[in-house]
Amino acid sequence: MPALLEVDRVSKSFGGVAANVDISFDVIEGEILGLIGPNGAGKTSLFNSISGEVAPDSGEIRLAGRRTSGLSPEQCALLGIARTFQVVRSFDSMTVLENVMVGAFARLARTRPAMRRALETLEFTGLAARADVAAHSLTPAEKRRLEVARALATEPRLLLLDEMLTGLTPVEAQAGVQLIRDVRTRGITVIMVEHVMEVLLPLVDRAVVLDLGRVLTIGAPADVVRNPDVIRAYLGDRYAAA
Amino acid sequence: MTATVILQVAVGGLLMGLIYALVAAGLSLIFGLMDVVNFAHGELLMLAMYATFVVWLATGLDPLLLLVPVALLLFALGVAIYHLLMARALSVRFNRGMVQIFVTFGLAILLRGAAQFTFGSDFQSIGTSLLAGHTLNLGGVFVPLPQLAAGIVSLLAFGALFVIGRTEFGRALEATREDREAVALIGIDRDRIFALGWGLGAAAVGIAGVMLAIFYYVSPNVGANFALIAYVTVALGGFGSLFGALVAGLLIGLVEAMTALLIEPSLKQVGMFAIYLAVLMFRPRGLFGTM
Amino acid sequence: MDTSITRRRRLELLIGAVLLAVLAVLPLPIQDTYTRNLIIITVLFAGLAQAWNILGGYCGQISLSHALYFGVGAYVSTLLLTRAGIPPTIGMFAGGALGGLMALLVGWPCFRLSGHYYAIATVVVGEIFFLLALNWDWIGGATGINIPYRRSIGDSWLWLQFRIDKLPYHYAALAFAAVAWLVAWLIEGSRWGFVWRAVKDDPIAARSLAVRIFPSKMAAAAISGALTGMGGAIYAQYVGYIDPDSVLYGHLSILIPLPAVLGGVGTLWGPLVGAAVLIPLSELTRSYLGGSGRGVDLMIYGALIIVVALARPQGLASLIGVRVRAPRGLDSGADDARAA
Repeated sequence: MPALLEVDRVSKSFGGVAANVDISFDVIEGEILGLIGPNGAGKTSLFNSISGEVAPDSGEIRLAGRRTSGLSPEQCALLGIARTFQVVRSFDSMTVLENVMVGAFARLARTRPAMRRALETLEFTGLAARADVAAHSLTPAEKRRLEVARALATEPRLLLLDEMLTGLTPVEAQAGVQLIRDVRTRGITVIMVEHVMEVLLPLVDRAVVLDLGRVLTIGAPADVVRNPDVIRAYLGDRYAAA
Repeated sequence: MTATVILQVAVGGLLMGLIYALVAAGLSLIFGLMDVVNFAHGELLMLAMYATFVVWLATGLDPLLLLVPVALLLFALGVAIYHLLMARALSVRFNRGMVQIFVTFGLAILLRGAAQFTFGSDFQSIGTSLLAGHTLNLGGVFVPLPQLAAGIVSLLAFGALFVIGRTEFGRALEATREDREAVALIGIDRDRIFALGWGLGAAAVGIAGVMLAIFYYVSPNVGANFALIAYVTVALGGFGSLFGALVAGLLIGLVEAMTALLIEPSLKQVGMFAIYLAVLMFRPRGLFGTM
Repeated sequence: MDTSITRRRRLELLIGAVLLAVLAVLPLPIQDTYTRNLIIITVLFAGLAQAWNILGGYCGQISLSHALYFGVGAYVSTLLLTRAGIPPTIGMFAGGALGGLMALLVGWPCFRLSGHYYAIATVVVGEIFFLLALNWDWIGGATGINIPYRRSIGDSWLWLQFRIDKLPYHYAALAFAAVAWLVAWLIEGSRWGFVWRAVKDDPIAARSLAVRIFPSKMAAAAISGALTGMGGAIYAQYVGYIDPDSVLYGHLSILIPLPAVLGGVGTLWGPLVGAAVLIPLSELTRSYLGGSGRGVDLMIYGALIIVVALARPQGLASLIGVRVRAPRGLDSGADDARAA
């Protein structure tokens, strides 16, 4: 299977602190890839490099063979990289439908088609009933869902989910997992950063483990959790590796 | 157009520039603190000038003696404006930026109307004072004493502001400017700092006003003209930079005088505006802007 | 497709049409010239405020140089008339075109300036042109230009001159305001309307959704400037005389956005409500209290601005149920510049 995203020896420091050091891995088209690691491992930093918020200090990121590292977030979005944010960034003055329409407008110029796509996306993500609710009055779980819907409306090839399931109730988390599975059936590749291991490990095809800015190991979830280095990396951390 | 004439005009321009710088310093201080452009700044200058005029008229006291009292008066006024208006403007939940702009605009109009109501719209001037009418001859260059004194006082005031910047209060000001959300965590009373910042900014303008009143006419609209120059000076120097205000003021004063001399007096402001816009194209945050 | 959005927009159109009809018949029973003049000025400024609103409210660029576009429109139309004999109904489009062009020229370098730097830069630009106009003899300098009523033509729509009965000017102003409102309505429902609001709410999220706003800012500036220019042309014909002090002066750049700001920026009805409240109030206070030159009218006006801005920052229109943006003390500018 071809690699959709290639992360090629990416390094990034912020003010002397190395957030990512020589990170390399491929993301296979159509897979759900987990990006895990203790706090401070450099996960969100890597996300920011992939989605264009920051440019890596060295190394390259390629989407379908085309270099995307160093491009602006808008350009990355147009090339098909969409993301959600760790702290939800909804457009609070707008309704749910309007929020998703902003995403739809990434590819559509006219309002009616954008509205249609937004409505479809709301149906798909289960938010159709809340279409006219102001975004700021949604529940936290709904807000996460809105972020996903908004990102999906841009018709991405790659979707980056930043701790989408963290802090949800078990029921909400399961619904979130189902949504991610549905996203995959649409042919969208997913990379997800997550702390909630019980939910993540059954979901992902492979996992990349980061620790202190470096790749620790890459592999199937079952193997990764038995990896002694991974267990050691997590020992000082609240979250036990399964 | 001899060298002496050019030098004469240049010196005059630089001295005026120091006054612009002082007015701008007050503005920069206020903006640097809380992201508010005080569009009533010119009116504060106007009030200071009127205060000087009125006291002189009533008591015959020379304006130089009124430097401290008027500065204190303006300080109090600045604090009052903060507590009565700006504190509220800062805490509105909608359109905060626009509210700040237009509240200070409303204040400017209000103050202008109040001055008109109290003093009428006639031009006033302080007839006789210690310095007025005297000129110093510095090697062929004739420097009017009032303007020279104004320049010196401005420099001293800048010096005072720099010194204040080194004190605990000054550092608290700086900290509040850097991160006004976080300072509460280290025990800085943000409200008090803002109020004092307003007071200090107004006091600086007050000092400029007293010196200006010695040789400039006083009217309800006099503030508007200086205000525009002050905004340009602050923007040119960079919002939040005291040093920038000084440099920019000198530059603007010089350019204004030179434009009047070399091109056309009625276009003297176009020269400074053009410089300002040109600089902004290359340095969008002004010469020394930190914000 | 029937959504709350489409339903709301249909309602807005309906209300707009009703309002237009009401305003069309409003001056008919009024014979008093003072009141008629007041209505015309109010309607004209409602249109100007709405035109400003497109750039300043929806797009979030607080431009304080709109007097420039107003003046340019007035001068271009008038000069075409007095120097080339071109009727103002055609000249006003030239005025609008040049107004739009000026707005583009100002916007191009200024849009990357953040918030306050941008506001002051626009003030300065306006001031430069005011000073230049005062010294430019070819356009009349400080003396200005008189627009004579040509008796050989008489009352005419083509030449936009009406001597005894000034009512047609009301319809010209009303047409202008209606167009400005309609343009705002169209923009609100378009891609621009959505992405501008998104950028104001959260520029980082907007960027992640491929929102690029610099080109649309330029377009907003052009539209806003063009409409303002046309308003200026109409004003010139109505007043019959223009000079820098009446159409290019700096304070006008505050007066134009003021109804929009106090009525509710970025809303469809804000500028209208703001104009309806502010203009009559300021005119009446000026007539009854300002005549003596004692400044009482200014004090009241200034106090009014302060009170409304503080008490109702989301705008007066919210008092009649107009939808306002959710509470978020954003000032547009800094983040817009980075997102551009």
